[in-house]
Amino acid sequence: MLALDRVARSFLWQELITGFGLTLKYMFKRKATLNYPYEKGPLSPRFRGEHALRRYPNGEERCIACKLCEAVCPAQAITIESEARADGSRRTTRYDIDMTKCIYCGFCEEACPVDAIVEGPNFEFAAETREELFYNKNKLLANGDRWEREIAQNLAADAPYR
Amino acid sequence: MNEVDLRSFTVNFGPQHPAAHGVLRLVLEMDGEVVERADPHIGLLHRGTEKLIEYRPYLQNIPYFDRLDYCSMLCQEHAYVLAVEKLLAVDVPERALYIRVLMDEMTRILNHLLNIATMALDCGAMTPLLWMFEEREKLMTFYERVSGARMHANYYRFGGVNRDLPAGFAEDVLAWCDQFEPLFADMDRLLSDNRIFKQRTVDIGVVSAEDALNLGFSGPMLRASGVAWDLRKAEPYAAYERLDFDIPVGKNGDCWDRYLVRVLEIGESLKLMRQAIREMPKGPVRTDDKKMTPPPRAEMKRSMEALIHHFKLYTEGVHVPAGEVYAAVESGKGEFAVYLVADGTNRPYRCKIRSPGYVHLQALDEMCKGHQLADVVAVIGSMDIVFGEIDR
Repeated sequence: MLALDRVARSFLWQELITGFGLTLKYMFKRKATLNYPYEKGPLSPRFRGEHALRRYPNGEERCIACKLCEAVCPAQAITIESEARADGSRRTTRYDIDMTKCIYCGFCEEACPVDAIVEGPNFEFAAETREELFYNKNKLLANGDRWEREIAQNLAADAPYR
Repeated sequence: MNEVDLRSFTVNFGPQHPAAHGVLRLVLEMDGEVVERADPHIGLLHRGTEKLIEYRPYLQNIPYFDRLDYCSMLCQEHAYVLAVEKLLAVDVPERALYIRVLMDEMTRILNHLLNIATMALDCGAMTPLLWMFEEREKLMTFYERVSGARMHANYYRFGGVNRDLPAGFAEDVLAWCDQFEPLFADMDRLLSDNRIFKQRTVDIGVVSAEDALNLGFSGPMLRASGVAWDLRKAEPYAAYERLDFDIPVGKNGDCWDRYLVRVLEIGESLKLMRQAIREMPKGPVRTDDKKMTPPPRAEMKRSMEALIHHFKLYTEGVHVPAGEVYAAVESGKGEFAVYLVADGTNRPYRCKIRSPGYVHLQALDEMCKGHQLADVVAVIGSMDIVFGEIDR
């Protein structure tokens, strides 16, 4: 009986017809695609995107050149040089991130004791040449200024977990 | 009459072939349509991971493990973290164990969905790929919510996980499971009994149970041949011994069985995810050993001692006592293991990675011999090879 059933199903194209039915059903379902540059998927506060160097509300840069991020970076993408300023405070004179080396692991953000270097929510920084991806201090600080609102929100949202 | 020199025709398959699943180069010796010898050439994705690991402190090696088999990221981190934890003899909090089970099973679903979908694509069915990649997308959103990256999570740490699950995460995962189950049943209905798919896979690349054991198979490849071997049951790690799940086992060891085993394993993974969420206790997610876990940020900014610990942990890292250890986990593809030799410093002396794909690929010749060229594609699809872990 089972064999007969199988033969009948096979001759009647049973599995093919149910398959066509299924695909037809899914054709009328809501589309999953996003109209990308105008619509974007959700991002969580933990997202690790483009780097940024932050400033304190009074405009002073946060980074104190402790070089923890440089030490912890598995890809050795960060280069820091520092010097004491005239007022005695320790600040970086050079802070470079080679974004082509960076693996976006988030260790720099984790290691930073003053929340200066962060991986912000921006993931749209594709460039046409490699040189554009060798970020220097000015670029990173500009990123920080540009994304400060989002970064601060994300840090605040994730603070209970850190 | 002249003697005719008969020579089999050699076909180069890959490394750019879309059905070669990455950078596999196959040299096939053909007798007409029939494969006489299949010779896989590997090494095109070699990055020297094992050597690089010797030059990094223990913590910084975790991201490398995401990048081996880029379809089951957290399972591999799990193996490495387990190895280091064994050497450190550290207690992992309960909650972290359950989080690891949850994330490992999510990873297994990610891995199997990719494999099933691409295998179906290789056999001529495009629809499952489109449906399943949508689900993978949702799972990657979960990955991103816990770890901050959609694929290369870098989430497990020695003695726990990096951060706790965000609020509302468990509910969303459960909702996803409920939504996914009927969809996956639809895909199963569309594909599993389809005559074209069955013609391409049934009785192709048959491996007997004995051969599978002799060839060193593990994971779905072994189970499809009828050997009920699963490291989650055999040598339970994390919280697996407290959870209830079954091991799907195949009968014939052909491509179709391997596909079906993966389909059933997704069901088991869903069961495990639900259980893990239901039974997950509250509490810390990382060990409170100050020499292993950096202090919470708020404390680090107040207490001098915490700040010193923070600096020590992120520059020098943990010193692992000398010893050798083998830690294996059941990743999506099979037994993924790390053999770690520590010499008491803050870097591993040697880290050998046992990747399941490498072992499975060496059986390609055995599995393809006597089959037609088009069947090679089905066999490769059912082997679930990913070159990140084979070439390392």
